[in-house]
Amino acid sequence: MSANRYTPLVQLTLARFREFYREPAAVFWVYGFPLIMAVALGIAFRERPVEQITVDIREDTGSPAAVATLKEKLAADERFTVRTVTGDEWVKLLRSGKSDLIIAPLPEGGYELWDEPNRSQTVLARYAVESILYRPAAASAPKLTEKHLEETGNRYIDFLLPGLLGMNLMGGGLFGVGFVLADMRVRKLLKRFLATPMRRSDFMISIMLSRMVFTIPEVLILLIFGWAVFGVKNQGSLLELTFLIVLGAASFSGLGLLVASRAKTIETVSGLMNLVMLPMWLLSGVFFSSERFPDWMQPFIKALPLTALNDALRAVMLEGRSLAEIGYELGVLIAWGVLSFAIALKIFRWR
Amino acid sequence: MSYAIRCQNLVKTYPGRPPVEAVRGLDLEIRTGECFGLLGPNGAGKTTTMEILEGILDLTSGEVEVLGRRWDHDAAEIRRRIGISLQETRLADKLTVREVVRMFRSFYPNGLDPDEAVRRVSMEEKARSYVSKLSGGQRQRLAVACAIVADPELLFLDEPTTGLDPQSRRQLWDIIKGFRDAGRTVMLTTHYMDEAERLCDRVAVVDHGRVIALGTPDELIARLGGQNVIDFTLTQAPNPPPAEEFKGLPSVTSARVESGAYGLTVAEPHVALPALLRHVQSINRELAALTTRHATLEDVFVNLTGRHLRDDAEDAPAK
Repeated sequence: MSANRYTPLVQLTLARFREFYREPAAVFWVYGFPLIMAVALGIAFRERPVEQITVDIREDTGSPAAVATLKEKLAADERFTVRTVTGDEWVKLLRSGKSDLIIAPLPEGGYELWDEPNRSQTVLARYAVESILYRPAAASAPKLTEKHLEETGNRYIDFLLPGLLGMNLMGGGLFGVGFVLADMRVRKLLKRFLATPMRRSDFMISIMLSRMVFTIPEVLILLIFGWAVFGVKNQGSLLELTFLIVLGAASFSGLGLLVASRAKTIETVSGLMNLVMLPMWLLSGVFFSSERFPDWMQPFIKALPLTALNDALRAVMLEGRSLAEIGYELGVLIAWGVLSFAIALKIFRWR
Repeated sequence: MSYAIRCQNLVKTYPGRPPVEAVRGLDLEIRTGECFGLLGPNGAGKTTTMEILEGILDLTSGEVEVLGRRWDHDAAEIRRRIGISLQETRLADKLTVREVVRMFRSFYPNGLDPDEAVRRVSMEEKARSYVSKLSGGQRQRLAVACAIVADPELLFLDEPTTGLDPQSRRQLWDIIKGFRDAGRTVMLTTHYMDEAERLCDRVAVVDHGRVIALGTPDELIARLGGQNVIDFTLTQAPNPPPAEEFKGLPSVTSARVESGAYGLTVAEPHVALPALLRHVQSINRELAALTTRHATLEDVFVNLTGRHLRDDAEDAPAK
C-alpha cells in the first residue's frame, strides 16, 4: 500500500466532504440560501416600466381647441396617461388618488394645476407637466439635455452584488465551520481525536480546506445569476477574482475556527457568530457604502475583514483593478485569517 | 515484572464550589499483558482516572507512567502506542464503517490495514454501512476497531459494554480476550461484575476516588471469608431482627440486610444453613424465601462499602 493512502489531512478533508454531500438537507441550505437570495434580488431589481403619470384634463373650463392641444402635447411624452373629465368628478379623482394631477385650461389662456401636496406622486406629476408646458416658452433659458444613467457597472445592483458575495463568504465561513466544530465537540469526537497522535493543525486545515471548496458552488450561483439576469460583469481579471474569493473564504473560515474554538454547544456558537457578523452586516458596506459612516469610525470599519473583502471585490469587479492595487485589503484579510487560525489553534477546546 | 501503567498517589480535583475531588490518591500498577479492570459505582472516579492515564485530562498531583513514558515529556510517543475507546463517542453519522476506521488509521504512522481492523471486530458485512445505521453493539465494536487499528500495545476501554444486549456483550468480550491473548495489555472500566469476573486477570475496586480492594476476582471473593452467599427474607412482621443477629451463627463471616433482604456470606453452607433455620424458628419467625449462590464481586463491593455497585441513587460528579 502506498504511504499517502493514509495522509491525515486527506482523510480528514475527505471525511468532511462525505459528511457534507451525504446530508441532503445541509446541501440544500448551503446552496439554497444564495439561490433564494438571488431570486429575491431578481424580484427587487426586475426591469420596472417607466413610472406612469395619470393626468386628467377638465374639458368644461377651456376651449375644445385648447384641450386638444394640451392633450396632444402631453401624450407625446410616454410617461403620461392623459384622460379628460367633466363637472366635479375631478375632485373625487384627485382625492382618491385615481388621478395624479388635474389640469384646467383657462378661457383666457394659461392653466390651473391641481395637486394633492400630501402625495409625492402628484407633486412629481406637477413638475413633469410644468417642465413640458414651460419648455417652448423659455427659449432664452439655458438649454438642458436629459441623460439617463443605465450603463453597466454604475447601477445599484452592480454595487450590491459584490457586497452579497462578501456577505455569503462571511456567513458560509463562520456558520459552516462553527456548527461543524460545535457538533463534533458535543459528540465528543474532538476528544476522541485528541487521544490520537493526529496533528491538530491537520484537523483545522482540513476544516478550512473543505469549507473553501464548499464555497465554490455558492459563489458561482451568485455570480452566474448576477451575470445572466442583471448583466453584472467582472471588469477585472477572472483569475484574480477567484484568488480573492478563495482568500476571503479562507480568512472567514479561520475566523470561524476562532469563534467556535471554545463554545460547548450549538446555541453558544450561533450566538457568538451573530455577535461577530451583525456589526459587519451593518458597517462593512454590504447594502450601502461604508463611507456613509462618520470619519472617526472609518479606521475601525476599514480594519474589519468584511469591509476589506467587499472593497476588494468591488475594486476588482467594478473598477477592474489588479490585486497589486488593493494591497491594504489583501493584507487585512490575510491578517485576520492567519491570526484567527493561530489563536484558535492555541485556545481550542478539544473536550 | 514490567508494567504497562504505573500511577502513584493520583489526585484530580475539579475546580468549583465546592471543588469536586474525583480522584483522591489512587495507586495502580498494571502489568504488561494483563487485562485489568477498574470497578466501581458511577461517580467513583473511574472515567477521570482513565482519562488521565489516556492523556486527555491533566492531573492535579501524583505520578503517572504509561508504557514507561510520562505524559509531560513523551505525549506524542504514548499516543502512537495506545488505543482508546471513550465512554460514548458518537462518530460521524454519514461515514461508513470502513471510512471511519481508515480515517483513524491515517493518524498513526504504523498500524493495521483498516480492513483487518474491521475483520477483527467481525464487521466485514457492515464495512460499507453508515455509522447512523449501526446498532449500539456495532457502534461499540466500531469504536474498538478505531482503537486497535493503531495496533496498540495498550488498549483503554471505558465501559465498553454499558447498555448493550447480552449477545453484543459476549461478542465484545471475545474481541477483548483475543487482543489480550495476543500479549497486549488491556485496561477497562465496568460496573458489570460478571464482565470483570470473566475478562479481567486483576481488578481494582474503586470508591470515592480511592482503590479499596485489589487482586484477582477469585482472591477478592476469597477475602470475604466465604465463597457462598445465603439470601433470605422473612415473612412480614414488625421489628425485623438486625443483621448482626445472624453474624454469630456458625460459618457465617458477614451479614447484611437491605430493605428486608438478608445476605449472609458463609464459608460452608451445609453448616450455616441448619443453624440459620434453627435460629429463625427460635425467634418465632418464618422464612419467606431462601436461596444460596456463589459469592460474586458484587458481594465484595457491598461488603466493603455497604452499597451496591449499580446504585442508581449514586450521584455522579460533573465530568
